[in-house]
Amino acid sequence: MSPILLAEQVLNGLQLGVMLFVMAAGLTLVFGVMGLINLAHGSLFMVGAFAAAAVAGATGSFLLALVAALAAAAAAGALIEVLVIRRLYDRDHLDQVLATFALILIFSEGTRWIFGSFPLYLNVPDYLSGPVTLPGGIQYPLYRLTLIAIGLAIAGGLFALISKTRLGIQIRAGENDREMIAALGVDISKLYTIVFALGAALAGLAGALVGAIQSVQVGMGEPVLIVAFVVIVIGGIGSIKGALVGAILVGLTDTLGGVLLPELFKLFMDNSTASSAGSALASMLIYILMAGVLIWKPTGLFGAST
Amino acid sequence: MTDVVLSVHDICKSYGGLQASKNISLDLRMGEIHALIGPNGAGKSTLIKQIAGSETPCSGQVRLAGKDVTALDTVARARRGLGRTFQISELAMEDTVFQNVILGALGAGGSPMRFWRNVLGMDDLRGVAEAALERVGLAAKAAVRTSELSHGQRRQLEVAVALTLNPTAFVMDEPMAGLGTAGSKTLTGFLDGLRTQAPILLVEHDMDAVFALADRISVLVYGEIIASGTVNEIRSDAAVRAAYLGDEA
Amino acid sequence: MKAERIVNTSVVAALVLFPLWAWMTDAPFLITLATKAVIFALAGVGLNIALGIGGLVSLGHAAFFGLGGYAMGILASHAQAYDPIFNAPFVLEGTKSMPVIWLVAIISSGLAALAIGALSLRTSGVYFIMITLAFGQMLYYFSISWPAYGGEDGLSIYVRNSFPGMNTLDPIQYYVICVALLFAVLLFTSRLARAPFGLALGAARQSPLRVKTVGISPYKLQLVAFTISGMITGLAGALFADLNRFVSPTMFSWQLSGEIIVFILIGGTARLFGPVVGAIVFVLLEHLLGGLSEYWHIYLGLLLLLIVLFARGGLIGLLAGKERSHD
Repeated sequence: MSPILLAEQVLNGLQLGVMLFVMAAGLTLVFGVMGLINLAHGSLFMVGAFAAAAVAGATGSFLLALVAALAAAAAAGALIEVLVIRRLYDRDHLDQVLATFALILIFSEGTRWIFGSFPLYLNVPDYLSGPVTLPGGIQYPLYRLTLIAIGLAIAGGLFALISKTRLGIQIRAGENDREMIAALGVDISKLYTIVFALGAALAGLAGALVGAIQSVQVGMGEPVLIVAFVVIVIGGIGSIKGALVGAILVGLTDTLGGVLLPELFKLFMDNSTASSAGSALASMLIYILMAGVLIWKPTGLFGAST
Repeated sequence: MTDVVLSVHDICKSYGGLQASKNISLDLRMGEIHALIGPNGAGKSTLIKQIAGSETPCSGQVRLAGKDVTALDTVARARRGLGRTFQISELAMEDTVFQNVILGALGAGGSPMRFWRNVLGMDDLRGVAEAALERVGLAAKAAVRTSELSHGQRRQLEVAVALTLNPTAFVMDEPMAGLGTAGSKTLTGFLDGLRTQAPILLVEHDMDAVFALADRISVLVYGEIIASGTVNEIRSDAAVRAAYLGDEA
Repeated sequence: MKAERIVNTSVVAALVLFPLWAWMTDAPFLITLATKAVIFALAGVGLNIALGIGGLVSLGHAAFFGLGGYAMGILASHAQAYDPIFNAPFVLEGTKSMPVIWLVAIISSGLAALAIGALSLRTSGVYFIMITLAFGQMLYYFSISWPAYGGEDGLSIYVRNSFPGMNTLDPIQYYVICVALLFAVLLFTSRLARAPFGLALGAARQSPLRVKTVGISPYKLQLVAFTISGMITGLAGALFADLNRFVSPTMFSWQLSGEIIVFILIGGTARLFGPVVGAIVFVLLEHLLGGLSEYWHIYLGLLLLLIVLFARGGLIGLLAGKERSHD
């Protein structure tokens, strides 16, 4: 495998990683602050993608599509937080799992009802399409490069939000002691709605951005959600830093494994066996990585030990 | 000293920068009740956890019946004969009182890996459980759901479960809390007789009970044992009066 | 307690009488529907050992359902093609015999549950949920990307496997086999719940520290419970595959894991018959609502939300009164 091809795959892994981070950040924030496991986070990813596809179809503007994705997902997030999610904070995890599973059913079928079963397509805008030439002669799609930049910018923004702003201070305080910040006069239910809507908006944005390089369809959110769970388990629940490190690890492992393993197996197997065995093993690689982390550090790389 | 059943040698514990225990040593001898007293936050709970194995000390040694158990976890220490009761009840609240005691009997004298016969029909376990409930005076409550017990009764149940284990040493964390005067008198009488079965390391705030029961008292203040001796020695100890009894009086 | 017994007896009566009626009125479709409910119930009863008694919220039980299904698919496909599974170091033939298939399904899903449980139980709470979900998804992707047994398209078996002395292709006879297995497992579960194991496992759910303090390891209890639970769900998977004469990666899907939990929730957590009632109601809803609207999952979702938010004891809880809450 040529170094150029390898560099390209590393970039692909990075792109997958930062998008996973944008998903995982919301999940881990919601868990860290509210102690809630939200299976419907994948539905918000889907809502963002559909909103973007619909608005891009109607207006032709990709930027407006992204704004729509953010707004629709944040609104959907705030709505379910007020209607359903806030009743679950004091419940056990089983109730949280079941209620958010119910939300997935409602979101998925509702979307199918409105948009039909056929996938929609969201096109990469002209000004972001086509390849660019990177140092070293690597030709790489500009859009994917933009995704990496946006993902890293969001990561930077989140770190700044958490460490510098008033909201961030409240979030950190909320992770440590709910009663305390309530006693300090912070409106906790408003804080929770804001945090939830923020996580939802990030998921929706990820859905729209990723939706432009794959088809927009019902059920697109859950596979991403589950991989985001793997990211969180690896990084440690509640840790934004852990989510970033975990996401990049998972993105690189998944992408490079899918390319390198079949190549590796070809060294001692015939080609067709090697590519099928290689890709079968590659499909399990991130879970094996997760198992490894669990054996080594059960609470994840950056998780607080319990 | 061959009659030392449980000993703690030079253990410490720190949380981040805060040192909760500093080089604590104490022992529990055959037939005695050794009371551990000290103001809140002195490190009593931490010490109990280290003795029971739910927290590992950063240095030092815990010995039970002559064996070093520092590296063993809670389960293994219980199997070696450590009978512990909790300050905040650790009981199966949805189960009946009797089921909780049966669980103790099961831990002491049978494998939980049995899948067919009704546990309440196992006569050997029943016998142990009934005897333990009888001894703490909870026999009448056997069929009651544990969550319906008063706090004092839960404390009694904790003691009953510890009894089923037939331990070589008891470690009791504030068994008198919530009992009221009458209840605490009854339990005091009971613990008084229990010391011949196995010695008791007693953490307790109820000073009447401590002075009535203890053969020896150790005083823990800010993670350090500042005095250790008989009831009379402790009563007259200047450091204790200053640091501890002083703010009680 | 008494009211619950009446509910349970009625359920058993319904499981016997309804198919009997369907058989007498010659309605094989209804028998097949009942068989599906019975198999789902079996999967739910399996999960309920871990979830109801042990408090282990596994969101990856489709892994075991799917492994049971593929145990059937792999053995039967080799048998129908007269092609040994492997030739070296010894010849291993496929089989069309249900008892052998069940045994293989139970053993393979048990081994998987042992491995997944050993890793997942190093954690608890939300981690446990996410990890079991992730391992389920791992097997899903593996089944898609491993081409030998149909990959994404799955595997068809032409003739239902055989059981000595029965004609398994006759719907009512296959139903009898499935319902007998369900009753056997229910009997086992009701014994287990009252046996030393059930007592200790239940206590470990309520207070792990209490169990440790009497010298019993909660980890071992939970691992054994998870393994037994996986074995039963695996058996249900083998039966389901035989019902459809088809296996595919969808048996590994996370939706199925969610649905198995839903059976338990609809019926009532920690009730012996909870998953049975839940599975029957689920299959009925699917049949009735599915006939009315293509989008019946919306109604299912709303119903679930209502149950979670307002009727936490499930249907048996509503009918028989609250015996206990699950927190």
